[in-house]
Amino acid sequence: MRLRNMWVSALGLTLAASMVACGGGSKETSAPADSSAPSGQKVDAATAGDVNGVVSFEGVAPKNEPIKMNADPVCVKENTTPQTQETYEVADGKLANVFVYVKDGLGAYSFDTPAEKVTIDQKNCRYHPHIFGIRVNQTLEILNSDPTLHNIHALPKGNTEFNTGQPIQGMKTEHKFTAKEVMVPFKCDVHGWMNAYVGVVDNPYFAVTDKDGKFSLKGLPPGTYTIEAWHEKLGPQSTMVTLGAKETKDANFTFKAAAAATD
Amino acid sequence: MRLVRHVKSRPVLPAPPASPALVNSPLHRFATLVAGCTVLLVLAGSLVTSTGSGLSVPDWPTTYGWNMFAFPPSKWVGGILYEHGHRLIASTVGFLTIVLAVWLAIQDPRRWMKWLGAAALGAVIAQGVLGGLTVLFFLPASVSTAHAGLAEIFFCMTVAIALFTSPRWIEGVGSREHLENIALRRAATTTTVLVYVQILVGATMRHTGAGLAIPDFPLMFGHAWPTHWDPKIAIHFAHRVGALVVALAVATTAALVWSRGARGTSGKALTRPAALLVALVVVQITLGALTVLSRRDVWINSVHVVCGALVLTTSLVLTLRTWRSKFATMTVRGDVRLKPDATTEATAATRSVRLQADGTTGARA
Repeated sequence: MRLRNMWVSALGLTLAASMVACGGGSKETSAPADSSAPSGQKVDAATAGDVNGVVSFEGVAPKNEPIKMNADPVCVKENTTPQTQETYEVADGKLANVFVYVKDGLGAYSFDTPAEKVTIDQKNCRYHPHIFGIRVNQTLEILNSDPTLHNIHALPKGNTEFNTGQPIQGMKTEHKFTAKEVMVPFKCDVHGWMNAYVGVVDNPYFAVTDKDGKFSLKGLPPGTYTIEAWHEKLGPQSTMVTLGAKETKDANFTFKAAAAATD
Repeated sequence: MRLVRHVKSRPVLPAPPASPALVNSPLHRFATLVAGCTVLLVLAGSLVTSTGSGLSVPDWPTTYGWNMFAFPPSKWVGGILYEHGHRLIASTVGFLTIVLAVWLAIQDPRRWMKWLGAAALGAVIAQGVLGGLTVLFFLPASVSTAHAGLAEIFFCMTVAIALFTSPRWIEGVGSREHLENIALRRAATTTTVLVYVQILVGATMRHTGAGLAIPDFPLMFGHAWPTHWDPKIAIHFAHRVGALVVALAVATTAALVWSRGARGTSGKALTRPAALLVALVVVQITLGALTVLSRRDVWINSVHVVCGALVLTTSLVLTLRTWRSKFATMTVRGDVRLKPDATTEATAATRSVRLQADGTTGARA
């Protein structure tokens, strides 16, 4: 009987080991990409809370600059409606395309780098998305969905500058930013109107406001944080939020037209 | 009242004899063509910077992986049109320079002209490499400014070759009495150097993004003097001050040309470039002002760069003509090189030359 129990136990251990080795049974579809990730304090999901907020725009927003795509017939063909820049996306006083993130306060917490790729697509001679976030060392996939050529030129200050040509439709290239930097501008030197910004951060607490100006930072551990909101023309604003266990707090921002006018 | 009182004239030298054997009209016409194409190249280069297209082709010497000459014209869109166009024009000028250097090496008997052709070829090759490096290193201001500075030197070389191969130069026009004016020589030379320095300051301003660091004109932040400073404002301010210095230098040189009462064919060798120089400087300052007032309009900005290059080469032509008599001593007849004896400088009555062919002894000419 004892021998039989030993065989059953051995079989069970073998199966368990196999499942772990093959990834079976794991709920984690995004295993850490970086096995040498820092081994700091981990967030306890049981005590984590959220920070939600709305970014408002006060006053009359400047008109977005119209885009002339005459320089490339392909771009003209792909855009049958008048195109403008996405600088001021304001609806009912709410401001979209604002990058919001936890700038400070996470102390000794560490976060594994996600294995999922973040994609920026060059489609209809525009960047999609226009504003987005990525983690340090997370893979950025750059895709050209257009039947014309693009160069994607990143102009970071703290990371390595790169300028990659993508002459063929469907081409993909990958890149990783190795240092946090808010924000890294992208531009296409072929099509001067194309621009985008990526916020490179070292934590998972970031978001871009939607058309209603809303954002949500979920799963924050208890603590006091500096939350920053960044707009491509209006610059950054920050506020402090203290979050207790399982609390949900609001952090709202208001950008003013005066700041836009002095730009 | 004479503008310059202490104009010292060197003793009169007889005009060097015409050397019909040196006159090569096809070569001169070709050299002029190369210089003309270089003007187009400067314009194309300035358009690249003015339109911000410098990195629209991210690779070099290939173009998006294609051989440069096989890159499909259908893909010459947006900024690529300017950058790729600049590369193609540069390649054409490079090829023409190869032909010119070889032609000079084969047919021009003047050894220093052969070297000048070789130097021009070396300059255009170096210029191509600098252009490639500035793309590969994302337009560092130092490399881009060096690219702009060498472009002007190469342009000067092509213009000088065109001048040195011209029949009038070879026949000695411009080497007579009134050109033996030391003050004019110094003024013209100084002006050319100042124009080049001013172009370098302008290129630095252009490639450091300081073109609108002072956004108004003729005032500066609403005042006669900048109310605050940073490196970009300082560069921009230096370019404005440089414009005044160059204008004064050109005015002085032009005044010296006319104060000597230059007349006749030889006189025109100086008065024409002097008049053109004055006109170009007026246009250039106007274009500079319009560049600021138009918030760096692409074409105004680019033509400003080209006009600056024309100011430089016009000043160079004028300068070289004031030095024409010195070049006479560098003329060769067949295999014999003539060089003045030291006594030549002191005595005008005799002109001593030493035959240096095969290291033979001196002789009187």
